[in-house]
Amino acid sequence: MILELAVNATVTSSAPAAISYTSEDLVTNLLVFIMATFLGVELIRHVTRLLHTPLMALTNAISSVSMIAALIVMSETTDQTLLILATAGVALASTNIISGFILVERIVRLFKSNKPKEKPKGKPAQ
Amino acid sequence: MTLDPTYVLALYVAAVVLFILSLRFMSDVKTSRWGGRSAALGMAIGVAATLAAYTIQRIDLLIGAILIGFVVGTPIALRVATTALPQRTAVSQAFGSLAVALVGAAEFYDYHTTANTFTLSVLSAEMILGFLTFAGSCIAFAKLQELIPGRPFVYPGKNFVSIAILLVSAAVGVFLVAEPSQTFALPIMAAFALLFGFLLVMGIGGADMPTVIAILNAYTGMSAAALGFVLNNKLLIVAGSLDGSSGFVLALIMSQAMNRSFTNVLFGGVGAKVVKVEGGAAATQARPVQSLSAGDVATILENARSVVIVPGYGMAVAQAQHTIKEVSDLLQEKGIDVKYGIHPVAGRMPGHMNVLLAEANVPYDQLWEMEKINPIFPETDVAIVVGANDVTNPAARTKPDSPLYGMPIMNVDKAKTVVFIKRSMSPGFSGSDNELFYLPNTWMVFGDAKKVLSDLVAALKAS
Repeated sequence: MILELAVNATVTSSAPAAISYTSEDLVTNLLVFIMATFLGVELIRHVTRLLHTPLMALTNAISSVSMIAALIVMSETTDQTLLILATAGVALASTNIISGFILVERIVRLFKSNKPKEKPKGKPAQ
Repeated sequence: MTLDPTYVLALYVAAVVLFILSLRFMSDVKTSRWGGRSAALGMAIGVAATLAAYTIQRIDLLIGAILIGFVVGTPIALRVATTALPQRTAVSQAFGSLAVALVGAAEFYDYHTTANTFTLSVLSAEMILGFLTFAGSCIAFAKLQELIPGRPFVYPGKNFVSIAILLVSAAVGVFLVAEPSQTFALPIMAAFALLFGFLLVMGIGGADMPTVIAILNAYTGMSAAALGFVLNNKLLIVAGSLDGSSGFVLALIMSQAMNRSFTNVLFGGVGAKVVKVEGGAAATQARPVQSLSAGDVATILENARSVVIVPGYGMAVAQAQHTIKEVSDLLQEKGIDVKYGIHPVAGRMPGHMNVLLAEANVPYDQLWEMEKINPIFPETDVAIVVGANDVTNPAARTKPDSPLYGMPIMNVDKAKTVVFIKRSMSPGFSGSDNELFYLPNTWMVFGDAKKVLSDLVAALKAS
C-alpha cells in the first residue's frame, strides 16, 4: 500500500508541498523505516525476558520523540488552535519521556545478582 | 541564528545511535542501567537540536508544557507500585498516542492547503492509529485498574460492527485526503477511530491485556514513525519504528506463549463465558485430589534437595512475593537449591513477574525462563505452584480437545512432587480443569497464598 502511495506522491508532487519533499526523500525514508524496523526486531529479540517490563517503559519513552514533531508545529504556526494542540502534544510527550526514563532507572535497579561482590541493598522491599 | 541543518542532522544521527545502543544495553541485566541513560541522552540531544533549528516564538507555552511534563511525570514514575506497572504502561501509551494524534491533527490543519496526497494519506492514517490507540489504552487502563470488569464485552456481530466502524473512519479519512479543505470531516474520522479503539479493547479479556498492551505499544510507535514521514524527519522514523517493532515482537512472544494468534487475541473475545468443560464443577468434585497442610509441606520441603517455585499473577494479587522470598531464603539456609520458573505470560504485562520478584529481592540469577527450567523439572524434587494455573496444565500437552492444547506450559508435572497452593478447585482463565490436580504426585494446599506461605515460613522456622 505504501508503495502505491509513493507512486501517487510522485504524480501529485507538482502541487506545492508544505515541506520540501521529493520522491527521493520518500524512498530514503522508506529505506530508513524498513532498516530501523528490521534492526528493532533483532535488538528486541535479544533483550532478556527479565527486562521486558522496563523495555516497554523505555520504548514508550523513546517513541515520545514525537515531541519533536510537536515542537516543529509550535515553531511554524501562529494559529491559536494549532498552537494549543501542539503545546498539548509537547506536554503529553514530555510527561511520557520524563516518567519513562525515571521508571526505567527505577525498575532496572531492582534487579540484583546473588553474586557476593554486587550487593547494593537499594531500598528495602515494599 | 538557527542551527545549520547539517549539524542538526549530525545530532539526530547521534540520537539514533544512542537509541539503538540503549536497546542493546537491555540485552543483559548487567548493562541495563545504561539502557535508560543512553536513551535519555539521545532524547535530550534530539530535542535540543530541534529547538536549536526551529525558532519557537511562544517560549512561555513551551516552558509551561515541559513543566507540566515534570510535574505530572516525576511523581507517576517514582510512586507507581510495581504491581501497577501494567496500568502505568497503559496510561503512558494513552499519553503518547494522544500526543501523536493531536500533533497529526495540528499538522493536517496547518498543511492541508499545500500538502500532497501522500502526506495527507499518511497524516490521516496516523491520526486514525493515534486516536484508536488512545481510546484502546484508556480502556486497557480501566480494565487493569479494575475500574470496569475485565471480562470481554461481547455481543452478536461484535467483530462485524467493530470492523464496520473502522472502515467508516478510514472512508472519512480517504474523503479528507481527496477533499482536504473539508476539515469538518477530521473530528468525524477521529470519533470513529476512538469508537473502534474503545470497542476493540472492551471486547478483550483482562488476562489478554499483556498482549494488548504490547500491540498498542507497537501502534504508538508506528504513528510516531508516520509523523516522521510527514515531516521528513528521520529521527522520528527510526525511533518510531524501533518502538513499533518492539511492541510487535513482545506481542508475538506473548501470543506464542499462549499458542494464540493476534487475530484470536484481538477479536476472539476469549474468556467471555465460563466454559463448561466436561461437566465442569460436578466432574471436578467426583475426582479425588490429595491435600496437605502447610506443616506437611514443610516436612516435604526439608527432605528435598532441589525446589522450583512457579509463581503466577495470583501470587502478586495476594501480595505474597515477599513471603515467598522468605520461604526460599529458609530453604537455601538448609542447603536446598531454589529456582523460580517464570512463564512468559505470568503477570499482567511482558516481564512483569520478574520485576515483582526482583522487588522482593529475589536475585535475578534465580529467575529461570520457561525453556530453560522445563528440562530441569524431571530432576526437581519439589515444584511449588503459587497463583498460577493454566500455564501448568498438562492437558496442553496431552489432550487435543482441551482449549489449552498446544500452549507451551511449565512442565511441573514432571517434578517428583508438586505442591499446588490455591484457594479452591476453580478452573483457570481458559475455563479448563487442571489435570495436574489429580496426578498422584500432586498435593494441593488450599488457602490464600500469603497465608499458606506464612504458615510455611513458621513451620520451617520451627523445625
